[in-house]
Amino acid sequence: MTPTDPAATTGDTVLEVEDLTVQFPTDEGLVEAVRGVSYELRRGEVLGIVGESGSGKSVTSLAVMGLLPKTARVSGSVRFNGTELLESGDKELSRVRGRGISMVFQDPMTSLNPVYTIGDQIAETILVHNDITKQAARKQAVELLETVHIPNPEQRAKAYPHELSGGMRQRVVIAIAMANQPDVIIADEPTTALDVTVQAQILEALRTAQKETGAAMILITHDLGVIAGQADRVMVMYAGKPVEKGTADEVFYTPRMPYTLGLLGSLPRLDIKTDRLTPIAGSPPSVINMPPGCPFSPRCPLAEDICDQEEPPLEPGSNPEHLAACHFSYRVEGHEPTDLFRPVADDPLPAGATEGEVRE
Amino acid sequence: MTETALDVESTTSRTPVLSARDIVKHFPVHGGGILRRRIGDVHAVCGVSFDLYPNETLGLVGESGCGKSTTARVVLNLQPATAGEVSFEGQNLNTLGRKEMRRLRRSMQIVFQDPYASLDPRIPVNEIVAEPLRIHGLYENGGKERVRELLATVGLRPEHGNRFPHEFSGGQRQRIGVARALALEPKVLVLDEPVSALDVSIQAGVLNLLQDLQSELGLSYLFVSHDLSVVRHVADRIAVMYLGRIVELAPAEELFERPAHPYTQALISAIPVPDPRKERTRQRIVITGDVPSPANPPSGCRFRTRCPKFANELSEGERKLCIDEVPELVDRGQGHPSACHYAETAQLL
Ligand SMILES: Nc1ncnc2c1ncn2[C@@H]1O[C@H](COP(=O)(O)OP(=O)(O)O)[C@@H](O)[C@H]1O
Ligand SMILES: [Mg+2]
Repeated sequence: MTPTDPAATTGDTVLEVEDLTVQFPTDEGLVEAVRGVSYELRRGEVLGIVGESGSGKSVTSLAVMGLLPKTARVSGSVRFNGTELLESGDKELSRVRGRGISMVFQDPMTSLNPVYTIGDQIAETILVHNDITKQAARKQAVELLETVHIPNPEQRAKAYPHELSGGMRQRVVIAIAMANQPDVIIADEPTTALDVTVQAQILEALRTAQKETGAAMILITHDLGVIAGQADRVMVMYAGKPVEKGTADEVFYTPRMPYTLGLLGSLPRLDIKTDRLTPIAGSPPSVINMPPGCPFSPRCPLAEDICDQEEPPLEPGSNPEHLAACHFSYRVEGHEPTDLFRPVADDPLPAGATEGEVRE
Repeated sequence: MTETALDVESTTSRTPVLSARDIVKHFPVHGGGILRRRIGDVHAVCGVSFDLYPNETLGLVGESGCGKSTTARVVLNLQPATAGEVSFEGQNLNTLGRKEMRRLRRSMQIVFQDPYASLDPRIPVNEIVAEPLRIHGLYENGGKERVRELLATVGLRPEHGNRFPHEFSGGQRQRIGVARALALEPKVLVLDEPVSALDVSIQAGVLNLLQDLQSELGLSYLFVSHDLSVVRHVADRIAVMYLGRIVELAPAEELFERPAHPYTQALISAIPVPDPRKERTRQRIVITGDVPSPANPPSGCRFRTRCPKFANELSEGERKLCIDEVPELVDRGQGHPSACHYAETAQLL
């Protein structure tokens, strides 16, 4: 859906996350996985969440779904159609999970049971939340398989997950995700493990699912290309926090946060011949026992003293809808990556392990 | 890496540093049971040929299972080929004695994808980089200094050489892998998905480093990757593989401006670009289905089962050729070779 789509511009909020924080006490210290995430998801829109591994994208969504391990300390607020989910009991939560919000993970086997046929699994999902006959549920299951473009759906319904390719399994998961007409579909790196030709098919299936159900979608990925093609609005995360938020066009064409600009400069492009990339020096910080200040400051070409003392809030500039968390966002606006970042190969980097450079 | 398509003329008149001819690699497939009898073969690589010229980067791209990594390994003799010939600076490797082979080995090195799995966690970085020198009896003579130099070359601090791999980040570990590969002053580096495990901001630094090393040291790269955007950025020429065969081979810019094979076209059109307006207006060639199993590839053209041209444009009679005859990799009037009976260029970007 494009930003001009009426459903996306009604401003009708279906999911509202406010100042969400998630911490994990561990032997190494306190892991501050999510440090104050707020967003509104409007009915029918696609919100893209982008950021490098370890930036807290997955944990944010797991918190929304109430799927975090018991050790997690969660605070803030998650309201789904006005109901506060963080205070809801297990029963209410599983109702929301089945009907209201559904999720598609990177690995389809997270959502599939190896010992049941896929037709049975889809039918079962429908039966839990609807008072219809088994027969009717089965018929719907086959229709859903058809919707996500699985060939010979009647026959395929009788197959077990292991008999399908990775791409086909992910389609089945999408069919399950749309089975109960959810208001929100959260897709967390749904195509990361797949080849590009299959990725294109899955993105299309997700689009179909979203259109058919009228659901809003949160699409989480590290791939800026996927975000550019799919998202109405974009939230860029860094070290557990949103650092930039705006429409896809705003974030891609006029970024206001040095990190976003740096990411764009780091990307080799399929559509343009680039002679030299402009990398961001260093690596993302560890989110264990974080120091004060802006977490991007050690890698930031604009950093000054204040950046190590005060973490900048997410604030608008002249456009009230386009937010960035940077003390100097006015110095980013209108610049190319090469204006700010040096196109050098290698600063002698300090050795220091920060996990989170390798994709899970 | 900085050469443009215009330089290809001069490239082809030079002698290749590395040549592969009709490389075939089959892996046996065993059945269950105690005997695990051989019940068939996976045709991982089927008649792949290419030349790599001095100071050139040849990109080898394709989706998982297309045989690109196997090709790289066979070329380096890390795995024996089922058939075919590899020569280094004109010398056929199949006919070399052990001693000569050992000497040649030094000239070709590999960097693997996973900087976590490919470095021994119990050995300090100095030793990891020194190991090839020791193996070839070159450490005694100034090896220590050489290791410091290598670490500095790849942008690491030599004084951190006594630390262990886990103390470094992913991008730094990949640099360690590169330093080790450079220890014996090779002429050819085979880079197998060298940046695929890294986040983009880190990836860019490693790609720039590889670019600099190439121009400083005059290296030739065989750059294996599934990521067409990365390959466009680094490669002078690109070979696109599908199910064990090269389906198109062209100078990088030409491949993106005038792709001739339907698979290359589908691949280019499937990859999203980080530009929302372009994405909204782009035409997509969507291909259906998954890659068929290399244990049982389609007859004739291996891409025909997913080919949009075969499905939507060709007549029954025309299709027969695709089913019966393997299309050769030759120039069919598009300016560069492609393996499609009905090759036709398209403009997609
Ligand atoms: N169960 C857990 N216990 C401790 N730390 C965790 C747990 N789950 C996630 N984390 C940490 O939280 C941070 C954010 O992780 P995640 O949300 O998975 O990032 P992303 O999805 O952006 O890659 C990481 O540092 C990760 O290691
Ligand atoms: Mg994640």
